[in-house]
Amino acid sequence: MEPTLIKSIKDLPAEENLLPGTPICAGCGGLLALRHCLKALGKKTVIVNAAGCFTLLSVYPFTPFQNSWLYTAMACAPAGAQGIRDALDILIKKGRLDPGEDLKVIVLTGDGVAYDIGLASTSGAIHRHLDFYYICSDNEAYGNTGFQSSGATPFASKTGTTPIGKISPTGTILAKKDLFEIWRSHIPPYLATISPGHPVDLINKFKKAEQYKGPKLFINLSPCPPGWTADPAHSARLAKLAVDTGIWALKESLYGDVRHTVIPKKFKPVEEYLKEQGRFAHLFKPVRQEDVLKKIQEMVDTYWKDVQKKESIKA
Amino acid sequence: MARTREMLTGNASAAWGVRLAEVDYVPTYPITPQTEIIETLAKWICDGVMDARFVSLDSEHSMITAAGAASATGVRVFTATSSQGLLYGFEMLYTVAGWRVPLVMVNVSRGLSAPITLEPDHNDILAARDSGFLQIHCETCQEVLDSILMAYRLAEDERVLLPMFVNMDGFHLSFTREPVEVPDINEARRFLPPYQPNHAFFKASQPMAQGLAVIGGSPYSYFKYQMHLASMKALDVYKEIAGEFEEIFGRSYNTIEGYMTEDAEHVLIMSNSFSTLGKDAVKKARERGVKAGLLKLRLLRPFPDADIKAALNSKKVVAVLDQNISIGKGGILYSEIAGALYHEQERPLLLSFIGGLGGKNISSREFEFIFDSMIKADTTGEISAPQLLYTEGEWKEMERLKHLAGKKQESQIKIIGLYTDIN
Repeated sequence: MEPTLIKSIKDLPAEENLLPGTPICAGCGGLLALRHCLKALGKKTVIVNAAGCFTLLSVYPFTPFQNSWLYTAMACAPAGAQGIRDALDILIKKGRLDPGEDLKVIVLTGDGVAYDIGLASTSGAIHRHLDFYYICSDNEAYGNTGFQSSGATPFASKTGTTPIGKISPTGTILAKKDLFEIWRSHIPPYLATISPGHPVDLINKFKKAEQYKGPKLFINLSPCPPGWTADPAHSARLAKLAVDTGIWALKESLYGDVRHTVIPKKFKPVEEYLKEQGRFAHLFKPVRQEDVLKKIQEMVDTYWKDVQKKESIKA
Repeated sequence: MARTREMLTGNASAAWGVRLAEVDYVPTYPITPQTEIIETLAKWICDGVMDARFVSLDSEHSMITAAGAASATGVRVFTATSSQGLLYGFEMLYTVAGWRVPLVMVNVSRGLSAPITLEPDHNDILAARDSGFLQIHCETCQEVLDSILMAYRLAEDERVLLPMFVNMDGFHLSFTREPVEVPDINEARRFLPPYQPNHAFFKASQPMAQGLAVIGGSPYSYFKYQMHLASMKALDVYKEIAGEFEEIFGRSYNTIEGYMTEDAEHVLIMSNSFSTLGKDAVKKARERGVKAGLLKLRLLRPFPDADIKAALNSKKVVAVLDQNISIGKGGILYSEIAGALYHEQERPLLLSFIGGLGGKNISSREFEFIFDSMIKADTTGEISAPQLLYTEGEWKEMERLKHLAGKKQESQIKIIGLYTDIN
């Protein structure tokens, strides 16, 4: 059965399952996306959280959620989801829980968890075909500890552990891990990238994902005003710029089959995105690092050339 | 199914305990010498004789997390590990204990790396002593089966609600067959009814947040104190449960077990399967006129201070034989016993011995050495430094191995408890 997709921002579900008044930073792109995700997922959910910024959403005795919450530890939220999912299935099967009490199980983590310390437990959960959602809020560094480099940190980003100096003027010299491809290699039924700047695309992806039993995985590029050194008021704009420059490709994968869902008609130069952020300021001042800027643009161009080849899209 | 008497390994006895407890969920990860437990359960679940869900996780860390999360959702959970696996999942021990979930976990004791080894000592399980898990340590296969049933009753009691370890020694108990009485399922149910949690759930009609963060030391301390008080309360609850167990099954398990301690003047303290060797040594010491006895520690958390004090009241000398070593301090249980006895008006002399590390044998000559040391302390009133048991034969063999490994010089550090072999 084809899901009923929405067409415009006016069609976003009105229900709110994440209420205001959290201690999360102003302009957090992750929180903005999470609000939309929970609109799509509804109230009958349990969020299994790993250590990260979002751990501070529920601080005793308060919670901003309409749904349940379990904080686990840093590396093992998917294993927590496994325990809850299995227990619910057992209780329903043995007649000890009304099927109407069933919950969708959602793992919520940052990129440090998803790309690094929690990769093994996530791989295990996908391999076991666990029926769950995974939302990775990717702000491209360990944000809750003050912005240190993670496996998600892009080339040339300044972080607390990849500072700019005489020896290393570039910042992070490693490239961002391709978590989408790592996850896709497990052939989950549904996998997508999302953006808080594209809520319609986001909601529709959850609507599609809902049709599948098994792992349903989402990576959200989350503008992070304190870490990216950007104006909190510009988060939605930055999220859109990431897509418009081609740096953040919005796509989905159904059992490993990839399709790009938002393709800019004309790509903006990556500079427009980079120059807005303090974490890339060293590429422009005091000396313009032309070779680095060129390399970033080339990385993006190469990616989309490859996409064109594979998906034979019209430019 | 009536009571049967079978020859079972410690691991098979554990599996029978789990089957009779009618556990719902078994998250697992293999590790020697525990694996036989989960293989046995996997087969029973696969054959349909046990109505539970079995899942293979990606690590012990994930396994303990899944176990805790399932228990918090309201099913009866069992899991098992050993040694390196226990330490790999270590942070989750504290975490799930803080969730106040009554799961039961068997630890099959095995020495900790490095050097890597397979045979038992108790550094693994004792590393977890401050986690919030309750701990029962077993000497026999029967005790393993019975303790699992008791563990669920204790852990699930509303006054306790803490997870629980049942510990046995790797190889010496896990792979040793002993005659075990397997209870009838109806008797088991009478003792341990199906799990009916009032507090644990994740369900649509009642959203709740669990395991969430606190800000500041005040709520943090409050929840930790609650755990401690619940654990201490478990001392009373244990006695009630042990009474009921004896009534139904005819076997009696106190928090500690005294062997020939009633009239003893010199008491040796041990735990787990090597206690059997200690009991034999006590008998031999009695034959040569030493008023010896053995106190076996069974419930290690909560620590039964009062029972230990009562058992050691008016004894002349007590020797703690620790099968563990706190590097830079000595025997862990020695310190705990010393703590328990400190305020006694007439406390016995207290000696410390470390032996049986990594499954090293404790020979009858080593036991004689311990009893001789107790008699000497009684006569002279002098307490020697903690003794590291090692026989001359073992020393010589080690020198030979070192020579083979290319070490030319003899070791400069002599082990304190080294003594001459008679045999």
